[in-house]
Amino acid sequence: MNIKSQKDFFSGLMFMSVGAAFAWGATKYNVGTGARMGPGYFPLMLGVMLALLGAVITFKALVVETASGDKIGSWAWKPLVYIILANLSFGVLLGGLPSIKLPAMGMIVGIYVLTFICSFAEPGWKVKNTFILATILAIGSYIAFVVILKLQFPVWPVFFTR
Amino acid sequence: MDLISNLSLGFGVAFTPINLLYAFAGCLLGTLIGVLPGIGPVATIAMLLPATYALPPVSALIMLAGIYYGAQYGGSTTAILVNLPGESSSVVTCIDGYQMARKGRVGPALAAAGVGSFFAGCVGTLILAAFAPPLTELAFKFGPAEYFALMVLGLIGAVVLASGSLLKAISMIVLGLLLGLVGTDVNSGVARFSFDIPELTDGIGFVVIAMGVFGYGEIISNLATPSDDREVFTAKVTGLMPTKEDFKNMAPAMLRGTALGSMLGILPGGGALLAAFAAYALEKKIKMKPGEVPFGQGNIRGVAGPESANNAGAQTSFIPLLTLGIPPNAVMALMVGAMTIHNIQPGPQVMTSNPQLFWGLIASMWIGNAMLIILNLPLIGMWIKLLTVPYRYLFPSIVLFCAIGVYSTNNNTFDIWTVGAFGVIGYLFVKLGCEPAPLLLGFILGPMMEENLRRALLLSRGDWSVFVTRPLSAGLLAAGLLMLIIVLLPSVKHKREEAFVEE
Repeated sequence: MNIKSQKDFFSGLMFMSVGAAFAWGATKYNVGTGARMGPGYFPLMLGVMLALLGAVITFKALVVETASGDKIGSWAWKPLVYIILANLSFGVLLGGLPSIKLPAMGMIVGIYVLTFICSFAEPGWKVKNTFILATILAIGSYIAFVVILKLQFPVWPVFFTR
Repeated sequence: MDLISNLSLGFGVAFTPINLLYAFAGCLLGTLIGVLPGIGPVATIAMLLPATYALPPVSALIMLAGIYYGAQYGGSTTAILVNLPGESSSVVTCIDGYQMARKGRVGPALAAAGVGSFFAGCVGTLILAAFAPPLTELAFKFGPAEYFALMVLGLIGAVVLASGSLLKAISMIVLGLLLGLVGTDVNSGVARFSFDIPELTDGIGFVVIAMGVFGYGEIISNLATPSDDREVFTAKVTGLMPTKEDFKNMAPAMLRGTALGSMLGILPGGGALLAAFAAYALEKKIKMKPGEVPFGQGNIRGVAGPESANNAGAQTSFIPLLTLGIPPNAVMALMVGAMTIHNIQPGPQVMTSNPQLFWGLIASMWIGNAMLIILNLPLIGMWIKLLTVPYRYLFPSIVLFCAIGVYSTNNNTFDIWTVGAFGVIGYLFVKLGCEPAPLLLGFILGPMMEENLRRALLLSRGDWSVFVTRPLSAGLLAAGLLMLIIVLLPSVKHKREEAFVEE
């Protein structure tokens, strides 16, 4: 059997599995009855509904003809990995990671690292430009978030401030 | 006339130089922060709330109202300029506003949003002043069954406006509803789907989902397309003011949006959000003039309608707060917090025991709206300057602002991990052709829907027929059904598919 629409086929599978997972998880809680709904009632209902919808979408993707086959196309691994990595490293540097004994490095270090990792995502980036951008962002964020808005951020590495 | 004497009392309070100054400061700060991608009115108000502690109650509320309008307008600006909804209700503004920006019509799009908001704000303020007392009764007529039916109607409206497959849009809503249920169940105290992670017992933050799915997902798929494919829309910016033609298209959309928004805003629950979605769906269904730009490609009605509805809804959503003391949304919940700090218990008694505050606040709403248009239309040039920044400098900044924004809502790095996860999920949605807007709507309405369903069924002793035997609820559900049937009609379905193929 051929997949007629790749996008729909896989989104159907996704909805089916997520719906089933939620429904299965909901049965772990007290489901109750309509008049006395337990915490599991509504999620179970929705989970089953989502799984059914997913099944219909998958079925249609196998049966209904589409012109182009609705190909998913190639994945943009590079931007995906770098953007998410930049985000995660910012979090790690901002708050520190006790499990690997990394102390909080603060916002400023985080901003430089985030900007550089982000820039890797695009071909043709230049060290100088990225450095300037990071500096502008660091100063701007410091003024806007710390000085004006007085948000509570660890700004500098902990071993500086102590 | 009560109305006139009441309003003149209000303006007497609000039109003092010092209060005007606070309104101005509030608007300016609100817009400035609201413009930052991913920082919506809730975060902005929360951040600026401490600044008002020292002020007298009336001035504090006036400044907060200014911040709220500013943040909302700033959010629309970001939606139009960078396709990032700073708040849930500007999600729909992104659709056509961003397309207008890409086509070099930034000015008209921003002006449409501004003028639409101002007009709707004026009308909304008048409605609030005139009908606040009698409208209390309409809200009283709504029981849980009606709220549930109303939310179903709103969600169906969202499906109708989603492009592409209906089934996928419904699935996205259901997925959103499910995600909204993550966290502690209010009735039983059970932490659902939290995997024993303490941070998840509070639920997933709206900001986290919005920034992850819309912010990161969009950036990744933008970077995936080779840069020469990406439209550089800044080069084509011409003419800041809308043309006569634009005004002609805008005016009826503004009127419709304002009417719809004023009505939906009163209902506790979705307020501005439902209004914006419904207005967009309505505009989309209204027949196009020959030569008009299709929706999804930068139709000015798609900006003016939802923006007016959104602002009218924001205005009238003060009604349940001021008359019943029920905050209809997160922003209003913050306003309750602010009022309690100043020793004011929101509720019906405010109007009688503290008329100066009540009418002063209402007058200041109008002033806030006027401030916005005075402040923002001349500053449009400044917002457009944001666009001349190349994407290579913009996207690391957006990633940074998103990361800082999510961190600052709870001061917790956990939110930074979740936003990363939702970034991956958002990109997955893009690849699978699933539109994320309905997911967001479902996410917000999830807990409210469950609560109202639970109450309705509790009152009816588990009898589901309560939704069709109560006339108001039956009417709302019938309207929803009708909408679904219309979309599924072969002729309409065909046209709908045709319209989306062009995208």
